Amino acid sequence: MIGRDLVFEIGCEEIPARMLARALAELPGLARARLDEARLAVRELEAVGTPRRLTLVVRGLPERQPDLRERVVGPPVGAAFGKDGAPTRAAIGFAQKNGVAPEALERAEVAGKKGLYVVATRHVPGRPTFEVLPELLAGLIPAIPWPKSMRWGWSELGFVRPLHWLVALWGDEVVPVRWAGLVAGRHSRGHRFLAAGAVELPSAESYLERLRAAFVVASPDERRRLCAAELARLEAETGATAIPDPALLDEVTNLCEYPVGVAGAFDPAFLEVPEEVLVTTMRNHQRYFAMRAAAGALAPRFVTIAATVTRDAAVVRAGNERVLAARLADARFFFAEDRKKDLDALRARLDDVVFQAKLGAARSTGDKVRRIEGIVAALAERVTFDARVAGRAAALCKSDLLTGVVGELPELQGVMGGHYVRHALATDPAWAGDAARVGQAVSEHYMPRGAGQPLPASVEGAVVGIADRIDTLVGCFGTGLEPTGSADPYGLRRAANAILAICLDLGRGGAREAVGQGAGWPISLDYLIEVAAQQFAGKVEITDTDCGELHEFFRGRLRTLLVDEGLAALDVDAALGAGFDDVCDARLRARALAVVPAAAREVFKRIANILDDAGGKGVAISGEVRPALFEADGNAEHRLWDAFTAAHDRLEAARARQAYRDMFAILVELQPTVAAFFDKGGVMVMDPRPDVRDNRLSLLQRILAPFAAIADFRVAAGAAS
Amino acid sequence: MYLQDLIFALSRYWADNGCVVEQPVDVAVGAGTFPPATFLRVLGPEPWNAAFPQFCRRPGDGRYGENPNRLGAYYQFQVGLKPAPLDIQDLYLESLRRIGLDPRDHDIRCVEDDWESPTLGAWGLGWEVWADGMEVTQFTYFQQAGGIDLMPVTGELTYGVERIAMYLQDVDSIFDIKWDKHVTYGQLRHPWEVEYSRFHFEESDAAFYFELFDRYERECARLLERRLTLPAYEHCMKSSHAFNVLDARGAISVTERQRFIGRVRKMARECAEAYVRSRAALGFPLLPAADGARARAAFDAAADDGVNAQALAAARAVSPLRAAPDGGADGAVAGEGGAP
Repeated sequence: MIGRDLVFEIGCEEIPARMLARALAELPGLARARLDEARLAVRELEAVGTPRRLTLVVRGLPERQPDLRERVVGPPVGAAFGKDGAPTRAAIGFAQKNGVAPEALERAEVAGKKGLYVVATRHVPGRPTFEVLPELLAGLIPAIPWPKSMRWGWSELGFVRPLHWLVALWGDEVVPVRWAGLVAGRHSRGHRFLAAGAVELPSAESYLERLRAAFVVASPDERRRLCAAELARLEAETGATAIPDPALLDEVTNLCEYPVGVAGAFDPAFLEVPEEVLVTTMRNHQRYFAMRAAAGALAPRFVTIAATVTRDAAVVRAGNERVLAARLADARFFFAEDRKKDLDALRARLDDVVFQAKLGAARSTGDKVRRIEGIVAALAERVTFDARVAGRAAALCKSDLLTGVVGELPELQGVMGGHYVRHALATDPAWAGDAARVGQAVSEHYMPRGAGQPLPASVEGAVVGIADRIDTLVGCFGTGLEPTGSADPYGLRRAANAILAICLDLGRGGAREAVGQGAGWPISLDYLIEVAAQQFAGKVEITDTDCGELHEFFRGRLRTLLVDEGLAALDVDAALGAGFDDVCDARLRARALAVVPAAAREVFKRIANILDDAGGKGVAISGEVRPALFEADGNAEHRLWDAFTAAHDRLEAARARQAYRDMFAILVELQPTVAAFFDKGGVMVMDPRPDVRDNRLSLLQRILAPFAAIADFRVAAGAAS
Repeated sequence: MYLQDLIFALSRYWADNGCVVEQPVDVAVGAGTFPPATFLRVLGPEPWNAAFPQFCRRPGDGRYGENPNRLGAYYQFQVGLKPAPLDIQDLYLESLRRIGLDPRDHDIRCVEDDWESPTLGAWGLGWEVWADGMEVTQFTYFQQAGGIDLMPVTGELTYGVERIAMYLQDVDSIFDIKWDKHVTYGQLRHPWEVEYSRFHFEESDAAFYFELFDRYERECARLLERRLTLPAYEHCMKSSHAFNVLDARGAISVTERQRFIGRVRKMARECAEAYVRSRAALGFPLLPAADGARARAAFDAAADDGVNAQALAAARAVSPLRAAPDGGADGAVAGEGGAP
C-alpha cells in the first residue's frame, strides 16, 4: 500500500528568522518519533515553512496502523495461581488488562529473571490512521522548542507568536486537529499583501503549488535559491559583486515569504570609514548585502531582500537608501569621535568596567589589561617577539571597548582597536614607526574568532591573544567558573582551543613552524598557567588544584583538536599520557604512533603492566642490569639486552631530533625479541631469586623507559588485550 | 503630511477603533511605556484601550542639536490594546495606510525585537516593524510588568513619530520636519536640544540629582505605606528620570548602574503590586459590575498566594475562555478556524 500524503500547517504571526530555522530542523524528528510510536511507517517526511507558517509534509502515510501482537510479562507463577491451580486476583487482573482470558495465560521463563512467569499475548488491532492523526498532530504544536514563547489574548498556552490557523489535509480529506480553540481545515493564507485572504487547498499534494500561486514560497531551500538568484540578477545589473555571506542569506530567506531583491547605493564619501564598519552596519542593522566593485574595493552599493512586490521598486530603494544614509552618518560620526579619544585615557576608564564580578578585587577590565601586560612581559623571557610592540598592544588592547563604534557594533572589537591605535600612534613620535605593528597586534589578538577561523598573522598579536585568554581561563578556574556539561557561558573552551591552535600552528609540525622555529614556540602550558596565576597574587588565590584542573582541561581540548585533525583517539591518548606540556611535541608523538602495529603495542603494554604489578607489590627495582646474572649465553634475556644496547644510541639520537617515527620503528624492530622473552622458552620475570628477579625487572624497565617517555603503552594498545 | 497631522490621523484612527485618547502624562519619562496609562493599566483583568502621544526624554541620546537623526527627547505615539485583539496586526497595518504607508508601495515587515525594561521589571515579545528598512513601530505583546505576569495580554504599539514624518516629508534632518504649514520641528525643538544637551552633559548638578533620587525613592515608599499608589508611582517615574540625568552626566559608574536600576525596579514592582490591590479593592471598576465582583472574589480568595497569583486568579475568573466548550482543557484563544 502506497498511502496518502499529509500536510499539517501551523499558521501564526511572524516567527523570528533564527527561531524558524531551528524549529524547521526539529519538526521532522518530533513528527518521526510520534509516527514511529503510533506504528505508522511513512515514506518521506520534511518540514517547510516561512515566517508565518510551519508545515509538516509527510509522504506515503498508510491507511491504518498494523495490528500489534506482543507478549507481556505478568506476575511470577507462584503469585498468579493458588494451591488449587486457580488463577489469583493478580492473574485475573493482569489478564483483563491485556484483553485475554485467564485460561490463555502461558507460563514461561523470562530472560533476566529467575523462575516461571505468567505471560499474556496481547493483541491490539491497528486503528485507522485518520483516527490517530488528530491527537498526534495536535501534540506536535506544544512540542516544538522555542527559545522564548509567549501568551496572547486570554490564553494561558504559549507559542512563539500568536497562532491564527491550522491546516491538516490527508490526501483530500481534512483531519480535524484541534488546538488552542482552533480547528484545522483546508484553508491556508496567502501572502499578507500580495494575496491576502484564504487559500483553499483541494488536497495535500496541491499545497506547495497553491501557496506559490498566492505569493508564498513555502520551501526555505527554494526561497534561498530565489534570494541567491535575486542577488545574481542585481549583480549583473550593477556590475558589482555581493560579498558572500551564507548566514545573512539564511536570515533574509527566513524574513520573507516571497523574496524580491532591491539594489541601492550610498554616498561614496562614506567609503572613508573603514570597510568593516560599513559592511557590519549594513549587515547587522539593515540585513543588507554589501558589494564589491570589480577591482575588489568596497562599492558604494548594497542589496536588500524585500518581502513583497510593490508598485514602484524605486520607492522601496529610495526608502532604504535614506535609512542607510542615516545609519552610515551615525557610524561616521562615531568613528570620527572615537579617533579623537585618547586611548590611554580610555584604558584608565576600564577600571570602571567589570570583566568578571567574581574576581573581586581583580574584577575590572582595567585589572585584566594589567595582567595581560604582565603575562606578555613574562612570556618575553621564553618566546622571541618584539616585546616593545607587544607590550604597547597589550596595554591598549581593550581600550576600544569604550568607543562608540564598538558600543554600536560589538563584534568589531579588536578590529576598531587596530584602526584607532594606528591612527593615534601615527602622530606619536615615539611610536610612529611601529604604529602599524601595534595596531595589527591589537586587531589580531581576538584571532582566531572561532574554530577554523584565521590565526593571527603577527607573533605579537598571537602573544597578546594568548595572554588575554590564559588570563580568562586562570581567573575562571580560580573562582569556580569552569564549564560544566555542555554549558560554557564564558567561552572557556573556545579560549583554550585558540591558545592551542596558535601554538600548534607556530610550533614544530605546524603549518607555520618556520615562523616559530627557534623562537620558543610552542609556549609551555605549565609556564603559561604559572605566569597567569602569578598575576592574581594578593588579589585572588589561585590554588595548585585550580591549575591542575586547568591543565587537565587543556588535555581534553587538545585531544579533541588532534582527533579532529584525523589522528586516532588511541594514539592521541597514548601520546598525551606521556605529557603534553609541549603541545607540538605531543602532536608529533601522536602522529608517529600510527606506525606501530597492534602486536608491538601489546608487547610493550605487557612490559608496562609487569612493572606496574611489581610496583604495586612493593617490589623495588634497582634499574641496574647485570649481564652476569643472565641465565645462559644466548638466551632470551641476553638477546633482548644485546638488541636494546645495540639500538640504544640510535634511540637517543632519534629522541634528540624528536624523530618519533624512527623511535617507534626501533620499537617495532625490538618487538620479536621482547615477544620471545615472554614466550614459551623465554624467561620467568618474577623469579624466586631476588637478584635474578631484580635484574629482569631492571632490564624491562630500561627497555620501556625511552618509549614510556613518549607514549603511554597502557593506553596505546586499547582496552581489550 | 505635517507632523501634527500624523498625530491627528493616528489619534482619530485609534479613537475610531475604541481607544481612549488620553493625554500624555505630565512627568518626565523615557518612553511611552512609563506613563500610568501604560505601565499600570496593563496590570490586572480590566480591559483598557488607549492611544496618546508622549514626550520622551533620553538625556544620554542628546547631540546638541547637531545630529540630524538623534535627539535627547522626542515623541512616541503610544497605543495599548488590552486584551490585544486577534486581528491587532491587521488593525495596525490599516493605521499605516491611514498615514500614507501603503503596503502596495512600501516593503513592510516584522523583524524580531524582544523588548525588555529592566527598570520596570517588564518584558514582552514582538517585532520592530520596518517600512523600506526603516523602523517605524515597536510592536510588543506585554508578558510581564512590575514582575507581575500579565493576563490578559496587552498589545503595545509605539510609533516613532519623527522618523515616519521624515520619511513622509522626504527630509534628511529631523529639524527640517514640518510641524505644520508654518513651523518646523527645528524651530520648535532645536533650542531645547542645544540647551538640554549642555545641561545633561555639562551642567547638571550630580549631587543634587543623587539627593533627588534618594528623596523620591523614600517618598515613593512612604506614599505606598499611606496607600497612595498613584502618587507613589509618580515618584518612581521621577527617580527613574533622575537616574537617567545622572547616567547622562557620567555620574554613575558601571558597577553602581545595576544597583540604581535595581532600586527603580523595586519601586516599580511595589507600585505595580499596590496598584493591582487597589483596583481589586475598587472591584476592578472597568469590568462589567458582575465580572468585577467575581474577579475581586477570586483575587481575595487567593490572598495567601501573593499578588501575582491573585492577579492571575482574578483574570481567570472573568476570562472569556472559561466558558468555552473545550476552553478548560486547552485554554482556547477566541476561535478562528481554518475553514470559513
